[in-house]
Amino acid sequence: MRNLDVAYLVLSAVLFGLGAVGLLVRRNPLVMIMCVELMLNAVNLSFVTFGRMLDDITGQVIVFFVLVVAAAEVVVGLGLVVAVARRKPGATADDITLLRG
Amino acid sequence: METFVFLVCAVIVLAGGLGVIVSRNPVHSALSLVATLFGIAVLFLNQDAQLLAAVQVLVYTGAIVVLILFVLMLLGVDSDDDLTTEPLVGQRALAGLAGVVLVGAVLAVYVISGVDAVTGARSVTAPLEEGAGNIAQIGRELFTTYVFPLEMTAALLTIAVVGAVVLSMRPKDLEPIPEQASMTEQGDEPLTEVPEGDGH
Amino acid sequence: MVELVWLIPALPLVGFLVLVFFGRRLGEPVAGWLGTVTVSLSFLVAVVVYFGLRTQPDRTYEVSFFTWIPAGRFQVDFGFLLDPLSMTMVLFVTGIAALIHLYSIGYMHGDRDFPRFFTYLNLFVFSMLMLVLGDNLVLTFLGWEGVGACSYFLVSFWFTKDANASAGKKAFITNRIGDWGFMVGIFAAFFAFGTVKYTEMLPLAPGLAVGAATFIAAMLLIGAIGKSAQFPLFVWLPDAMVGPTPVSALIHAATMVTAGVYLLVRVNPVLAASADWLPQLIAWLGVLTALFAATIAIAQTDIKKVLAYSTISQLGYMFLAVGTGAYAAAIFHMITHAFFKALMFLGAGSVIHGMHDEQDMRRMGALRKVMPITAGTFLVGALAISGVPPFSGFWSKDEILSFALHDNPALYVVGLFTAGLTAFYIFRLVFMTFYGDARWGASIDAEIAAKEAHMVGADDTEVADGAEPEPSAVAVLTDTHHDDHHGGAPHESPWPMTVPLVVLAIGAAFMGFINLPFSPSLEFLTNWLEPVTGANETVFELSTAKLLAELAISTTMALLGITLAYFVYLRHKLDPKRIELPFFAHGWHIDSSIAAFAGGPGRKLFELASLFDRVVIDGAVNGVGRATRGGAARLRHVQSGYVRAYALMIAIGAVLIVAFVLTQVTF
Repeated sequence: MRNLDVAYLVLSAVLFGLGAVGLLVRRNPLVMIMCVELMLNAVNLSFVTFGRMLDDITGQVIVFFVLVVAAAEVVVGLGLVVAVARRKPGATADDITLLRG
Repeated sequence: METFVFLVCAVIVLAGGLGVIVSRNPVHSALSLVATLFGIAVLFLNQDAQLLAAVQVLVYTGAIVVLILFVLMLLGVDSDDDLTTEPLVGQRALAGLAGVVLVGAVLAVYVISGVDAVTGARSVTAPLEEGAGNIAQIGRELFTTYVFPLEMTAALLTIAVVGAVVLSMRPKDLEPIPEQASMTEQGDEPLTEVPEGDGH
Repeated sequence: MVELVWLIPALPLVGFLVLVFFGRRLGEPVAGWLGTVTVSLSFLVAVVVYFGLRTQPDRTYEVSFFTWIPAGRFQVDFGFLLDPLSMTMVLFVTGIAALIHLYSIGYMHGDRDFPRFFTYLNLFVFSMLMLVLGDNLVLTFLGWEGVGACSYFLVSFWFTKDANASAGKKAFITNRIGDWGFMVGIFAAFFAFGTVKYTEMLPLAPGLAVGAATFIAAMLLIGAIGKSAQFPLFVWLPDAMVGPTPVSALIHAATMVTAGVYLLVRVNPVLAASADWLPQLIAWLGVLTALFAATIAIAQTDIKKVLAYSTISQLGYMFLAVGTGAYAAAIFHMITHAFFKALMFLGAGSVIHGMHDEQDMRRMGALRKVMPITAGTFLVGALAISGVPPFSGFWSKDEILSFALHDNPALYVVGLFTAGLTAFYIFRLVFMTFYGDARWGASIDAEIAAKEAHMVGADDTEVADGAEPEPSAVAVLTDTHHDDHHGGAPHESPWPMTVPLVVLAIGAAFMGFINLPFSPSLEFLTNWLEPVTGANETVFELSTAKLLAELAISTTMALLGITLAYFVYLRHKLDPKRIELPFFAHGWHIDSSIAAFAGGPGRKLFELASLFDRVVIDGAVNGVGRATRGGAARLRHVQSGYVRAYALMIAIGAVLIVAFVLTQVTF
């Protein structure tokens, strides 16, 4: 295994961390969705890297499915955002607190 | 050559990521995301995953980011996040800490084990093919070994579409959500006191 | 024929069930005859089974019907153990019960609750049979509790009067103290033996540690003390005399009170394996209770109270026998006592019935002229209990005294003196009631009522502990229905009452011959009981000379007592007040001491217990609730509703998991 592969993995880890922190810090729902996409992409990258390191096509096949799921998730998520924002314009993630204890 | 491409793309990807989480204007975040996605696509190419690179550009940047931009425009592009305040106490600090530790842990594994980080066995059933065989091979795997998940994703997409349509239907009587009556305003009502003593 | 043993308890049970549902509709006298028939049939089956049992190996027959309590290691089956001991008990229980049922048809005539009486009586017989036939301690305990419950029902039969209801409660509660001992004994027995079935547990007894055996035996002894009214748990028996006289005869003379002795004889291997001081304790407890009760009996004025204390006294003799290892003698005395005591109780009931519910002996006298059968049979019973040969009581009491002498001469002396007292007080009763001058009111005409339309349902009221009763005029009835009561002279009772008297008198006279001491071949009962008691029965050599001397001494003592009573109560040569001390009449003030304790320091203890229950136990339970609510109120703040906070928690969780995995992984 070459150092370059390790570098790919390191990049993927850092990108994932960035996405995670962004998700926790930002309040705009759309930006939160974008951070989720960041995380998913990071994972995709590491899958492809592993596929190459292990000489297996399965890595890329998995990425395919991740892509599909991400698309579906974004679609539904955006529908939710639209539904919420229509009722409460300018709503952020902090405004939906009905499920508190 | 590969290393050089990797370095350039790495910079683009990280810069884009930072842009996503730091930009005040959500449209700027979306554009940074596009940059990141492109960087990732090039990295895919770097790793001889041509089909994936193409699909990445088509689906992610071409569809998903466009969708996000649509919704952004729909909901008002000038609603800027107020990044200076943080209503939840300790959220940023803890979030930063969690991120750093998470990344640090993963890095630790890689750095410590170096080139032996990956311990899996080499594949015997589906080794990578070279060149244009990539598309054919992925197609073959998808429709033989992974045909069931493939069909499931088809169903998933259908469901997602239906869901999105249902969610965004306009209800008949539209009224904004009233301000939530906070529980703390009402005051916690304790349960009625249990009567003590000889009630038996 | 032995397989028919299940019929013996089944018949009274059927009687009970029919009477409980249809008794009111059947009414008098059908309900009474139904009850009598079931128990009589039960007796006949018992006789048949007896003949079958004689041919069984070891004279034992076991049968198990179904598994009653399957609880892991603790297995209790519903089964019967038919061996000489239980067979003997079954025979005389069903026989005497049948006679008493018949008697009750006459005695309870006209009572509003006539069917209910027989319902309870049948249930009682069933419970008693369960007690003696059960093949394990738990089934015996079931019967034990059943007879206790029936005793409660029957003692407070006329419960509309407070005193009667209280007496029933007193009986039940005092018994309960004994029952606690019994239960602890069962637990200990299971703990020691791993089983509560007699045939499995008793053979293991010789190998038991002395401490364990002593504990089990002591706990069962407490149960026996409660049920058999020994000191200090005897206080319920005199009070129980407020119940109808057939109840006193059946339950408090012949059967229930003997259950304690039965239990001790049944577990005699455990007694034998216990420390030496325990049988000694039992013997001294028995003989001292006998003496103690006899002293009280000499000062009682209520005819039934005399008999009640007499029962306590005779039970003391049985405990004396058990304590000295004379198990067969204890059973022998149990049988003879059942006959003569039931006879005397029924006779007393006949007197009460004939005297229109008068129970104070000071208002009786010369009744032998108007009630010859009652008087004659009662005399036979009195001779038997006094120990005059050749009546049955003589042989059984002497056998007990013989064993007592062998064990410890002090026991013999006390027992002998008590025998003299017994003769004295019982003939005091006889002379005051049946002889001497008639002390019943002069307003009594010689008119004889042809029809038996007088009511018997009145309450046999009596103050609880033998103190001076209020004078009650002879002809006054205080129950709710007074039909044509003729207020006539005392009269003999009808045939359903006199026939049992005669039968019992024959038994009281001749029962002694089942265990004559003159030669081992004449000791039928001891030989018959050998499979059950033989291993632990005390044996000793008794030369003929010594035997005759003992018999002579016993006879002399009995005649002394009779003579003294004759001089005091017939010839009036001696002032009775010098013998009938108030201390005795008040039962040595035991009842009043208990009442004083319960009202005074006892009450403080009860209130302390109640306080503990309220504050500590309820407080703990409520406290748990309060603590839960408080904790939950604080924890509630974690669920703030903010999605980002939840996401942060997920992130922290992921960090923790990664950290954990890192520690497990080797590089």
